[in-house]
Amino acid sequence: MQSFGLAHVEFLAWAALWTVGLSAIAFVGGGLLGFAVALLRVSSNPAARVAAIVYIQIVQGTPLLILLFLIYFGVAVIGFTGVPAILAAGAGLTIYASGFLAEIWRGCIQSVPKTQWEAAECLALTRWQRMTRVILPQALRIATPPTVGFLVQIVKNTSLASVVGFVELAQAGKLINNSIFEPFTIFVTVAVFYFALCFPLSTWSRSLERTLNVSRR
Amino acid sequence: MSAVANPTRAAREDTPRSSQAGAPVVRLHDVHKSFGALKVLDGVSLDVGPGEIAAIIGQSGSGKSTALRCINALETIQQGTIHVCGHAIHDPGLDRRALRRDVGIVFQSYNLFPHLTAEQNIMLAPTCVKGMTKAQARDLARAVLSHVGLAEKAEHYPEQLSGGQQQRVAIARSLAMRPKLMLFDEVTSALDPQLTGEVLKVMENLAREGMTMILVTHEMAFARKVASKVVYMHRGRVWETGTGAMLDDPQTPELRAFIGNGL
Repeated sequence: MQSFGLAHVEFLAWAALWTVGLSAIAFVGGGLLGFAVALLRVSSNPAARVAAIVYIQIVQGTPLLILLFLIYFGVAVIGFTGVPAILAAGAGLTIYASGFLAEIWRGCIQSVPKTQWEAAECLALTRWQRMTRVILPQALRIATPPTVGFLVQIVKNTSLASVVGFVELAQAGKLINNSIFEPFTIFVTVAVFYFALCFPLSTWSRSLERTLNVSRR
Repeated sequence: MSAVANPTRAAREDTPRSSQAGAPVVRLHDVHKSFGALKVLDGVSLDVGPGEIAAIIGQSGSGKSTALRCINALETIQQGTIHVCGHAIHDPGLDRRALRRDVGIVFQSYNLFPHLTAEQNIMLAPTCVKGMTKAQARDLARAVLSHVGLAEKAEHYPEQLSGGQQQRVAIARSLAMRPKLMLFDEVTSALDPQLTGEVLKVMENLAREGMTMILVTHEMAFARKVASKVVYMHRGRVWETGTGAMLDDPQTPELRAFIGNGL
């Protein structure tokens, strides 16, 4: 039987690229959707606020694993069979990320002092101008560290995409293990890959927190 | 550029400084306002004519700041009428943005936008609301900044300015919209005496140029010297009204006690 070697590491490296790709899809998709939900969440329209709250609660209250099952198998039940794994995994992670990013960003928007809204309002700015010219630029500064921090969660949670048959880092490790059965070596290597992806992100997040707090600009 | 150079002097130089001339700029009639069970304004009536400087004084909790905020529709009232520069504030269909184009307000905590320079703070509303180009707005910003004595601070961020300088930028930001009425809500309360002095000087200049102003203040000396009308509020009511001289000869025991404690 073949033992763990360079070819396996190379296979894992390719799979790690898929992990990065899936993370990017989840972050961009979840970011766009989450931003829209965050805006609804702080909207002046009560119906929009309630809709956003319900969405966030449902997403945050559902395990990602179940979300992925629902999309992969659930969609088949209502007639769309053969959904590609990447689509199902991407959609599931997008929804997951949007639910959390919306809530993170809502907090950031609301942490901008009320007096800033008031000052902007008293200068005759429209609600949209107040939001885009006064509130969001300030919220962005507050939001950057926790957002980058959440990226780490997304990267690690892409490992759940293996349940819908998507071959990313964790699934690749399982595949190798099935053929050569050296679980300790293999999964330590997989863990090192995850760490190599996540550590720079969390370091970046911490340094952003420092620099953005020092200067208020 | 000469029109911009003196942004507050909008053909109002020869306006007589008394409430008798012309319709009042601000008219409150029997205004009632409660926060829950707490009655804050209990039948306030007040007229401020063009070019008048009205100083509202009183203890904390007397309703003076609330009255000022009602004038700018930052608070809604439960009863009574308020007319400001032709806008009916009590009307649920009030066009708030039109009102805010006519009325400038300066707050105790400055409320400058921290992510923008002094100049950008001032340029924001003229470009967004009045459709000025960036170049026009920058000229205007420079003009109002030199008007408050801060021409050289245009590129500074608020955090790089002292409290007094921030407050003067805030005044300049309001002036850039060429309001017909300026409201000042305890604008020197967060400042030390020296910085208070520089802000009051700017306000005094504005008064001299004919700006209609309502200020909520604890600066009795300033009220006595600059205000054409002093309004003493107590328990949500206008308790005593007069000129600055009223402060030397209070008619009610409450005002007498207030002045005794305050000076």
